[in-house]
Amino acid sequence: MPKIALRVNSQPVSHDVEGRLLLVDFIREVLGLTGTHVGCDTSQCGACVVHVNGQPVKSCTMLAVQADGADITTIEGVSPEDGLNPLQQAFHEKHGLQCGFCTPGMVMTAMALIQDNPDPSDADIRHGLEGNLCRCTGYQNIVEAVRAGAKVMRG
Amino acid sequence: MRDFEYQKPKTVTEARDAFNAQSDGSFLAGGQTLIPVMKQGLAMPSGVIDLSVIEDLQGITVTDGSLSIGAMTTHAEVAASPEVQKAIPALAGLAGGIGDPQVRNRGTLGGSLANNDPAADYPAAVLALSAAVLTDKRRIPADGFFTGMFETALDEGELITGVEFRVADRAAYAKFPNPASRYAMAGVFVARVDGAVRVAVTGAGPGVFRVAEMEAALDKDFQASALKGITVPEDDLLADIHASAGYRAHLIVVMAGRAVDAANGKGGAA
Ligand SMILES: Cc1cc2nc3c(=O)[nH]c(=O)nc-3n(C[C@H](O)[C@H](O)[C@H](O)COP(=O)(O)OP(=O)(O)OC[C@H]3O[C@@H](n4cnc5c(N)ncnc54)[C@H](O)[C@@H]3O)c2cc1C
Ligand code: FES
Ligand code: FES
Repeated sequence: MPKIALRVNSQPVSHDVEGRLLLVDFIREVLGLTGTHVGCDTSQCGACVVHVNGQPVKSCTMLAVQADGADITTIEGVSPEDGLNPLQQAFHEKHGLQCGFCTPGMVMTAMALIQDNPDPSDADIRHGLEGNLCRCTGYQNIVEAVRAGAKVMRG
Repeated sequence: MRDFEYQKPKTVTEARDAFNAQSDGSFLAGGQTLIPVMKQGLAMPSGVIDLSVIEDLQGITVTDGSLSIGAMTTHAEVAASPEVQKAIPALAGLAGGIGDPQVRNRGTLGGSLANNDPAADYPAAVLALSAAVLTDKRRIPADGFFTGMFETALDEGELITGVEFRVADRAAYAKFPNPASRYAMAGVFVARVDGAVRVAVTGAGPGVFRVAEMEAALDKDFQASALKGITVPEDDLLADIHASAGYRAHLIVVMAGRAVDAANGKGGAA
């Protein structure tokens, strides 16, 4: 069985894994970090988005072995000890979620979007979130939350 | 998913040897097609050969009149590359419109071409820009590479190492995306390369194809108005829940016009 060594939320982790183990199952089942969700089996919904070396990827469409040596950040890694980061706070305030199932993926994707583009337009936000589906909100409040979160993060 | 032997070779030769040692090997590039297919049990390779650390499959270089891109270059890298944006801006734009940001961060040029999905974007660029697909064995001109739905001229185990695009003096891509998947329902890449116009259509038929009548009209007059009256027969086009063949035939003409306008600096293409 291949052995992988990586960093997850700044913690070094090493483990023997089967080749077929998906990164999302490694994160959820092996590491017990269940904030990363699985919403589909067709790579379309984005509920499973994590950052791999700073870039958002669908962790259901990557093998754990492909993450050997990588630096991974999950939703658990972006919040301060007890509380929410400014983008999470904006989702809360702007009603950017209803059931919340899509929210971790939305937040992870939007965090990366804001890093690249600190002042995104609504069109930039919608284009940037094309890989994240939400069955509840109709997206309007998600776009508003990202805009508001970006503003706070710009300072 | 059935388990498999996982290998990560460092060179093209090692990759080929690893493939040959398997009863049913499969190269793994960005995994954005292969992994979903394996999850559904539609592919059950005995060995998966990860191409991610082979240096010869990386890199973007421009030499007189052509732009070479390594097979493992991701869509996001092509979209953001200053070299590509300068040499063939339409190609950078096409890459930036594939799927969604997460797919673009993993999916690769080589994987897209080897897969040859009838709705994929890159095949239109490769065909219109008169590119050559470079493999570990040979150089395959675009006109002979795409042989049918999910079919290519690649032999069993033949590895794409890169693509050499001709730098066009005018080029643009216009795509009508499926609103859910972002794959093309009809995408048209128009390019004037070495003095001749090439028009390649993806998403609408069982594979990418050129439209000779449009090319002849645009050779005479490179304006969207030159396409007036040209129709594309719907007999060989795809019909599915997303669009009828007739609708796709209509989209091709509209997208071709938009692409020509964009190539002439008028209006915006997708
Ligand atoms: C949600 C979603 C939306 C998408 N939308 C679009 C879209 O709008 N437009 C579009 O064009 N595509 C789209 N795609 C497909 C995406 O571009 C894929 O990345 C691409 O088709 C396959 O590339 P890959 O690098 O992921 O290859 P992989 O999945 O790793 O491999 C695909 C196949 O190619 C073979 N292969 C890979 N590399 C090589 C090589 N160098 N030589 C020989 N064989 C090789 C593999 O063995 C496998 O059979 C989408 C995918 C998803 C999941
Ligand atoms: S679980 Fe739906 S894209 Fe990953
Ligand atoms: S809040 Fe329910 S899926 Fe988005």
